[in-house]
Amino acid sequence: MSWARRAVRELGQLAVGLGMAVAGVALAMATLTAAALGLIGVGLPLLDRALGGTRALLDRQRRRVPGPPVRSPYQPVRGGLTARLMAMAGDPATYRDLAFQFVHFAYAPSAALFAVAIWLGAAQGLAMPLIHAVRPSAIGNYLGLPIDSPGNAGLATVAGLLVAVGAYWLPRGLLHLEGRLTRALLGPTARATLTERVEELTDTRAQTVDAQAAELRRIERDLHDGAQARLVAMAMNLGLAEELLARDPEAARGLVTEARSAAGTALAELRDVVRGIHPPVLADRGLAGGLAALALGAALPVDLDVDLPDRLAPPLESALYFTAAELVTNAARHSGAGRVAVRLWRTEDRVRLTVSDDGRGGADPERGSGLAGIRRRLAAFDGRVRIDSPSGGPTVIDVELPCAS
Amino acid sequence: MRIVIAEDLVLLRDGLIRLLTAYGDEVVAAVETGDELLAALLEHRPDVAVVDVRLPPTHTDEGLRAALAARARVPGLPVLVLSQYVEQLYARELLSDGAGAVGYLLKDRVADVAQFVAAVHRVAGGGMAMDPEVISQLLARPARAEPLRRLTPREHEVLALMAEGRSNGAIAQRLVVTEKAVSKHINSIFAKLDLRECDDDHRRVRAVLTYLDA
Repeated sequence: MSWARRAVRELGQLAVGLGMAVAGVALAMATLTAAALGLIGVGLPLLDRALGGTRALLDRQRRRVPGPPVRSPYQPVRGGLTARLMAMAGDPATYRDLAFQFVHFAYAPSAALFAVAIWLGAAQGLAMPLIHAVRPSAIGNYLGLPIDSPGNAGLATVAGLLVAVGAYWLPRGLLHLEGRLTRALLGPTARATLTERVEELTDTRAQTVDAQAAELRRIERDLHDGAQARLVAMAMNLGLAEELLARDPEAARGLVTEARSAAGTALAELRDVVRGIHPPVLADRGLAGGLAALALGAALPVDLDVDLPDRLAPPLESALYFTAAELVTNAARHSGAGRVAVRLWRTEDRVRLTVSDDGRGGADPERGSGLAGIRRRLAAFDGRVRIDSPSGGPTVIDVELPCAS
Repeated sequence: MRIVIAEDLVLLRDGLIRLLTAYGDEVVAAVETGDELLAALLEHRPDVAVVDVRLPPTHTDEGLRAALAARARVPGLPVLVLSQYVEQLYARELLSDGAGAVGYLLKDRVADVAQFVAAVHRVAGGGMAMDPEVISQLLARPARAEPLRRLTPREHEVLALMAEGRSNGAIAQRLVVTEKAVSKHINSIFAKLDLRECDDDHRRVRAVLTYLDA
């Protein structure tokens, strides 16, 4: 009987819409009254309340429409009463809200009544033989069909069935229309969307530049304190050995041995630096090979499932590799997991990476710097990171990056 | 001993030729690219090839791929792969045909000339030469596969030295035990890893491969 449940749910949604419309128009009236009172110097706190209430109510409306939730378009409001009111008065969304409240009030009650009336009409048609049998004179006609014989009453049943089919589908259409209305009036305008996007890009660009500068500083320091210093020491030792070669071959030999060992250490340090910049196996084999190598070297067993038709752009490969490496390390270090699963696959225009473990969960991007770092790293790619890590586990981290095909 | 060298950096190529010639080996060909390497290996059938992983034109893992392709055509063709870094993934690929006669060393190891030449000769003789760095990567992480967890710490040490390609005598010397004790450990390792059949060299490769696969 899922269709019955669905019909009831949709009627219920229409009723909710009706309630929202009534509450909305009440808030709109309160807003206008408070604004009028504001002209003579009172009612400003009331205006603040009314607008706040409107925004809360309409945010619910944005979430309840069919399809993806409509994004909230409000500019940030903060500070004292005056500052808040100024901000809200300057926000076009405030006026669009008011317009919506009136349009919605014109629409939602009639939609709800219409839907109920059609169901009642259908019920009447279906019940017509019964009505005709009990009191033949009760109803003269049904949809223009004279009810003067049991045969015609039977035909009315068929008509009632057709009306019922209409009544079943109608609320869906009405809700859809309400959704369109909500999207049109309550969604962000093209301009607001662009403004937001520019802000976001400015933000992620600044982060990327900062991260890159920090990375270069780190590499410089690693080279300076590591390999470079060792090479200096080595050159010194070799110079001394050269001097000593004739006079004290034994001492020269000792210095040469020392220089060789310094060369070995310098090489090892350079390898570490290189791995931190761009793991060679990633350059050789792409992300699939890089992740396979990562899985082999991980501190706990990794179930790896990579499905990529071909190689991704190098910056994406690198970002995804370091993300996966960080997540696997996190799982090994903090989650107490016994296994971790890494999946990577590509859809039409995105690439998805999930890292899940069977550990105790409770991963929190606010606390560890690791997850926040991943967010920052991926922000430059318009990536999204979803973290699902209830206390008690399991943890699933889902990364999604757009990629041009 | 007849040797083919594949290395694109002139400095290192000349160094390798000089070094191997000094130890009485003959370098029959020294090539620069993966394609040339494959051709040279099939043409000269050397006693051993010394190959850099990264070669032109792609500068990725051309050398390794050419070596693997040659070994697919000529099973057990001895190859010693050199690289600036080591990856378990590559070690596994080299060992996975089970034929042995492979080496995988960091380029740093060339600095210890005598040991390096010994490794080249060992590989030519059908033995193994896995870089200690590969082994230490393995040791650094907890044993994950069931059979490996059954090994005692001592057996782990013996297996690591076996992977480096050391003989029973050398292992005994390193661990300061008798050679008999070493072969007891080795038999115990084979038993625990379920490697009963076939000859000893083969089993050694399989044991190390189990290690890498875990």
